[in-house]
Amino acid sequence: MSELPGDLKYTKEHEWLRQEEDGSVTIGVTDHAQSALGDLVYVELPEVGQDVECGGDMAVVESVKAASDVYAPIGGTVIQVNEDLADDPEKINADPYGDGWIVRLQPSGDAGDAMDPDAYQAFLDELDE
Amino acid sequence: MPFIPHTDDEVQEMLSAIGASSIDELFDEIPRDLLISNLDGVPAALSEMEISRLMHARAAEDCGVVCFIGAGAYEHHIPTAVWDIATRGEFYSAYTPYQAEASQGTLQTIYEYQTMITSLTGLDVSNASLYDGASGLAEAALMAVRANRKSKSKRVLLASGVNATYRKVAQAITASQGLTFEIMPLDAASGITDLSKMKIDGEPPVAVVIQQPSFFGTLEQVDALTDWAHEQGALLIAIVNPTSLAVLKAPGNWGAEGADIACGEGQPLGVPLSSGGPYFGIMACKEKIVRQMPGRIVGRTTDLDGKPGFTLTLQAREQHIRRSKATSNICTNQGLMVTAATIYMSLLGPRGLRRVALTSVRQTAKLAAMISAIEGIEKVFSAPHFHEVVLRLDRPVGPVLEILAANNILGGFDLTNDYPELGHALLVCATETKTDADLELYAAALEKALHDSQAKT
Repeated sequence: MSELPGDLKYTKEHEWLRQEEDGSVTIGVTDHAQSALGDLVYVELPEVGQDVECGGDMAVVESVKAASDVYAPIGGTVIQVNEDLADDPEKINADPYGDGWIVRLQPSGDAGDAMDPDAYQAFLDELDE
Repeated sequence: MPFIPHTDDEVQEMLSAIGASSIDELFDEIPRDLLISNLDGVPAALSEMEISRLMHARAAEDCGVVCFIGAGAYEHHIPTAVWDIATRGEFYSAYTPYQAEASQGTLQTIYEYQTMITSLTGLDVSNASLYDGASGLAEAALMAVRANRKSKSKRVLLASGVNATYRKVAQAITASQGLTFEIMPLDAASGITDLSKMKIDGEPPVAVVIQQPSFFGTLEQVDALTDWAHEQGALLIAIVNPTSLAVLKAPGNWGAEGADIACGEGQPLGVPLSSGGPYFGIMACKEKIVRQMPGRIVGRTTDLDGKPGFTLTLQAREQHIRRSKATSNICTNQGLMVTAATIYMSLLGPRGLRRVALTSVRQTAKLAAMISAIEGIEKVFSAPHFHEVVLRLDRPVGPVLEILAANNILGGFDLTNDYPELGHALLVCATETKTDADLELYAAALEKALHDSQAKT
C-alpha cells in the first residue's frame, strides 16, 4: 500500500480532496478504493457546469466486476473533469492521487467530515481488523 | 441438466441433514397473515391425458383459418429448418447457458444475432433481446432518460402511428418513474404524423419515438422527424419492423445524425404467431450510449491462450451487480426465439428477407386495390404504405369480421376501439403467405359479407 499524500484530505467513502490555490477542489479516489475495485474499464464523469450536492452522486467508476458510485465529498459546481479517463480509465489504478484525478469543483460549502492523512490511515487500519 | 425427482425418503433425509422438520418450516419467515391456505378459484389439477386432450381441442380452434391480421404480429413463412434446428435439446431445453466456459455455441449464436440486428438497423450495438416489442419501448424510453444527459425532462413524444398497446405497456412499466407519453398529431388525410401541427408547450421532450412503418402501415417522414427531434434536444427512438428493414432506410441513417435507439418486435423473424407469444424484443443503439442499454450483451474477445471466444459483457450495468442503479431489472433474454430468428435470417439472407418484404408489400397493395373497389369500402390514407393498409367500411366492423370468421377468414384488426376518430376502420395485412387465390377469396367473402349484413338490417 502506498503512502498517503500529506497534502490531501480523505473521506470514509475513500475519496481524496486537494485544495487548489484558486479555491477549487480536486477530487479522486484513494489507492484503497482502486485496489478494491480492480482494473477499471470505464468512468462515467459529470458534465462541466453540473451542480453536485455534498454526499450526492458525482461519478461512477466501473470495473469488470462492479460499478461503484463516487459521491461528492463537498457540494459545488463541476468546473473540470479528467477527459483522459475516457480512453484510459486505468490511470485511476496506476496513479490514483495524480493522473487519476476525476473531477475539479468550485465548492459552495465546506468539506463535511474530511479527514487528514493520519485519521484516514487509522480508519483504514480499523477496516482491516 | 435432466429432471431428477425426489422420493419421500430422500426428502426426509435432506431435511434431517439440515435439521428442518418439514419443507414448510423452511418458509416460516413469511408472516402468517400473508399465507394463502386455499386457491379457491383454481380448479383441480388435470391428468396428462386430460390436459393433452384439452390443449389439442383448443389448438384445433385456431387451425384452418386464413389470417389477414397484422397489427404488430405477422404471419410469415418459417422454413422448416428453423425449428428443426431450434428444437434440438441443446437449444430448446438448456437452462441459462450463458457461462463462457460452458456455452460458446449459444454465445456465438447470440453474437451473430446481434451482428445481424446492427446490420438491419444501421446502429452500432445490439443487445441479446428483450421480452417483446411493447416492453422494448418502455426500456428504450427509460434508456433515453438516462442517456440524454442534457435533458432533465421525462416527457416522451410519440409519433401518431405508434402502436397503442405499446404506449399503454410503456405507461404501465414506467409509471412510478414519472415518464409521460404524449401523442403527436396525425394528419387525417395522409395517415402520417403532422409535424406542422406540432407545438412544444413547456418542457422540451427527452425523447421522440417514431414507429416505421406506423401502426397503420403508413410510411412516416423519418428524416424530417429525426432532425426535428434532435433540434429539440431529444433522443430519437425508432420502433421498427425487422422484415421492413430489408427494404426501408435503416434507422441509423435517418436524418442528419441517425436514430439513437432502435427497438421493436422481432416476431416476424421466424417466430410463429402462437396466440401472442413468446415473441422477442429488438434493441440496438449508438455506441456512445451503449452503457445505458439494458439487457444482456455478448461480446467477442480472446482467452488466456489468445484464442477467440464469446462472453457476456458490460455486465456492470445489470442488476446482479449494479442493483437498484442497474439499467433495468431484466437479466435475461428470449434465447430460444433469438436462436430461431438467427437461423431464419441466415437461411433467408438479405436477399431472401428483401423478397419476403417486397412480396408482402405487393400482396397488400393488390388486396387493397381489390377491396377498395367494393362498394361501401374505401382506402383511408394517402401516404405510401408497407404491408398493411387501413380501410373504412360503411358500417360497423365487428359484425362484418364475424361473418368472415364464420368462413374461416380472419379479416383484419378492428381499429374502432383504439381509434374511434377513424370511424369504421379496419387494418388489413397480406404477407407473402397470401397467394392471389387467397386475396380473391377474401375479396369475394368480404363483398358477400357486406351484401349479407346489409340484407339483415
